[in-house]
Amino acid sequence: MPTAEAIAPSLPLLAVEGVTKRFAGVTALSDVSLEVRPGEILGLLGENGAGKSTLLKILSGVMPPSSGRIVFDGVEFNPHNPQDAKRLGIVTIYQELSLIPTLTVAENIFIGRAPLGRFGLVSWRKMEVDSRAIIARVGLDLDPETPVSALSVAEQQLVEIARALSLKSRLIIMDEPTSALTETEVQKLMSIMGRLRKDGVAIMFVTHRLEEASAICDRMTVLRDGRLAGHLDRDGGPIKLPKIIEKMVGRAASELYARPTLRDVAGDVRLSVRGLRTVRDPQAPHAIVLEGIDLDLKAGEILGVAGLVGSGRTELARAIFGADRIAAGTITLDGKTIAPETPADAIALGIGLVPEDRKHQAIFAALGILTNFSVAALGRYSNALGFMAERRERQALASYRKTLSIRMASPEQPIEGLSGGNQQKVILARWLARDPKVLIVDEPTRGVDVGAKAEVHQILVQLAGRGIAIMMISSELPEVLAVSDRIVTMRRGRITGEMPGIEATEEKLMELMALDQTQEATQ
Amino acid sequence: MTSTTEQSQRSGINVARLLMSFGPLMFLALLIVVFTVLKPSFIDPINIFNIMRQISITGLIALGMTFVILTAGIDLSVGSLLAFCGMVAAVVAKGGTANTLSLSTSGAQGYGWFAALLAAVVVGALAGGVQGFAITRLKVPPFVVTLGGLTVFRGLTLTISNGGPISGFDASMRWFGTGLIGPVPVPAIIFAAAAILCHIVLRYTRYGRAVYAVGGNAEAARLSGLRVDRILISVYIIVGFFAGLAAFVLSARLNSSEAVAGIGYELTVISAVVIGGTSLFGGIGSVGGTVVGAALIGVLQNGLQFNNVSSYTQSIVIGLILILAVAFDRWLKSRVRR
Repeated sequence: MPTAEAIAPSLPLLAVEGVTKRFAGVTALSDVSLEVRPGEILGLLGENGAGKSTLLKILSGVMPPSSGRIVFDGVEFNPHNPQDAKRLGIVTIYQELSLIPTLTVAENIFIGRAPLGRFGLVSWRKMEVDSRAIIARVGLDLDPETPVSALSVAEQQLVEIARALSLKSRLIIMDEPTSALTETEVQKLMSIMGRLRKDGVAIMFVTHRLEEASAICDRMTVLRDGRLAGHLDRDGGPIKLPKIIEKMVGRAASELYARPTLRDVAGDVRLSVRGLRTVRDPQAPHAIVLEGIDLDLKAGEILGVAGLVGSGRTELARAIFGADRIAAGTITLDGKTIAPETPADAIALGIGLVPEDRKHQAIFAALGILTNFSVAALGRYSNALGFMAERRERQALASYRKTLSIRMASPEQPIEGLSGGNQQKVILARWLARDPKVLIVDEPTRGVDVGAKAEVHQILVQLAGRGIAIMMISSELPEVLAVSDRIVTMRRGRITGEMPGIEATEEKLMELMALDQTQEATQ
Repeated sequence: MTSTTEQSQRSGINVARLLMSFGPLMFLALLIVVFTVLKPSFIDPINIFNIMRQISITGLIALGMTFVILTAGIDLSVGSLLAFCGMVAAVVAKGGTANTLSLSTSGAQGYGWFAALLAAVVVGALAGGVQGFAITRLKVPPFVVTLGGLTVFRGLTLTISNGGPISGFDASMRWFGTGLIGPVPVPAIIFAAAAILCHIVLRYTRYGRAVYAVGGNAEAARLSGLRVDRILISVYIIVGFFAGLAAFVLSARLNSSEAVAGIGYELTVISAVVIGGTSLFGGIGSVGGTVVGAALIGVLQNGLQFNNVSSYTQSIVIGLILILAVAFDRWLKSRVRR
């Protein structure tokens, strides 16, 4: 184990002291403190919504904290923008890479600070030579003149790290750097992180992947529901997973979700998936490839699909829904083989999807609630000549408004004026208007406040009660546990486990989501 | 506290909506008042009808352009397409490509106005369909496809006509450009009828809803089961159809199809749509707005001319109005979003 004492005194490089961040009434981060020392890798862990991204945004100068204090290298640190943070040597590498794909590796590394030669013109030679040395530091062996668009995601990540190093970074914050990488690429990244640690660089490693965190981190800070859940220290050996999971899950979270009584679900198999595979789409290099999914979904059942970011859960939903191309495998609906090539095909067959990214994939922000509601069922609310039967349409919306308790001003109100929970209810109503056989909901309560979460859960349970087969994808385990009759876990494009909802616990699921092939370990 | 923020947002949006739909209309009324004060004869029915005739050509195309811009697209080819359709109409009306250059109504071997009209709108719609196909299937951005179309259709026009005009149509065809029904010019009636039709389609039909949805969020539209590509192709067919109809009316009015007709019309047309409040980013806008936008440009041009302002200065004024209209629109929206 590389030690830091040779280089670093135990003075922290970064100290976050009692930082709180409030947004319009919501407290995203409450009284969080942590420290990072030079030559140390600190893991920042927590479930979705725990407040990790908020903290990162504060540290990288994107937004200021509401209260609390940050000290960097012994001086109070109040960045007004990301440049301030960078100037001090704090570089954040986000999940969405920030390289410019049309420029070369060298140009990206030296963007905004190209080395100048005679007459103040850019010295391309020096730039090439320097960038070759810089990328060598992260173990990359490629021509600096290669355009970034030609690199793999992993290579791009390394280029970002190389750029961070060339900026004389003292603290590198990595936000989920491994989510798009293969196992070997992860190994490579880990060894580079180890080398940086030896050089005295401080690293803050934000991740969902517990094994990776356990393997590399010297210490961990765990957040839960915007609060500090605790610090963990390496004690002779790597920090053990159960200890991390315990901190992440806590006790408080499960109290938010009342567990419904187990319903008796004896429906027939509605949707059946066998050997479903996808191939890497060059248009979407971040998408996870499905490696043979087998799944059954019964009428009247809520199947929870639990998985971390990058597990392939969203890709599974999109493949079934005809939104992404399928490379192999079969899907049957009520015993008949189906092959939806577009969402329109899947919808016509009786499948609905509430997508994960509400803003970009579900709502028509500027359009009225009425249009948002009826868009998937225009045929049902129009006559043979193609004219909208607006009275019927309005009546239908009015009835959903009542049954789903959608709080809105008028059917013409643009949907962007509604709260997240009410938007999501409109999207649910959109699908209910079609009486779907199968409803796939992807992160149904993302961006939905706590009160409305419970309402959404109730709606899902009611719908299942009406015989709709529901597949609920979620990375929030309390949610999965609250409503699922049966739960499958996914990791890296594969199903890693299955259990009845009543037997599941957060600890069991977390292990299955985080580890490879550990079915034995759970029972 | 959520309810109060919703409340304030709600009323803010309503005020903004009101301004967004009536802002251009109020400006139009103001212009009419100002021009009338400057020269009372501006408000004479003869002049008003004159303005209506003037705006009907670009107005017709602007109706089609409203569909395109609602989907966040653009069509730069409409001016050239107008010339091309006009030339096709002339060839059909006169029964050949022979450029007689005679103004006499000697179209004895021609096929009549109806065939000419049909040819113009069918060719326009087909041309639009081809461009729509290139946009959706070849994934070339609308700006580029229709920029290419702008050159191609002009070239086709010049090829057919050999560079010159084809002139001299029979009286029944000329009626569509110069006739009157009561005191109202026929082109104005055609424009009004088309505007009402387009309004009904966009506001009251399933198709209209789909157009707004595709422009509002194409990915959400796809995931809601709309056939986005088909809808995109259809809007280019519609604008092509209207370019053909406008071409027919223009040829009838001038008693001639000119190879250089419609140069720069795309800019007037797009200006009318944008001044009328339709967002270039799609999803927001209306036919009513476009009619007001077209009227605004028409009144401005006519009023300035009426007061002997040179056409050079007119260009400057119209350009500035365009920018101000969009700036105002932006400002309103930013007020709402706060």
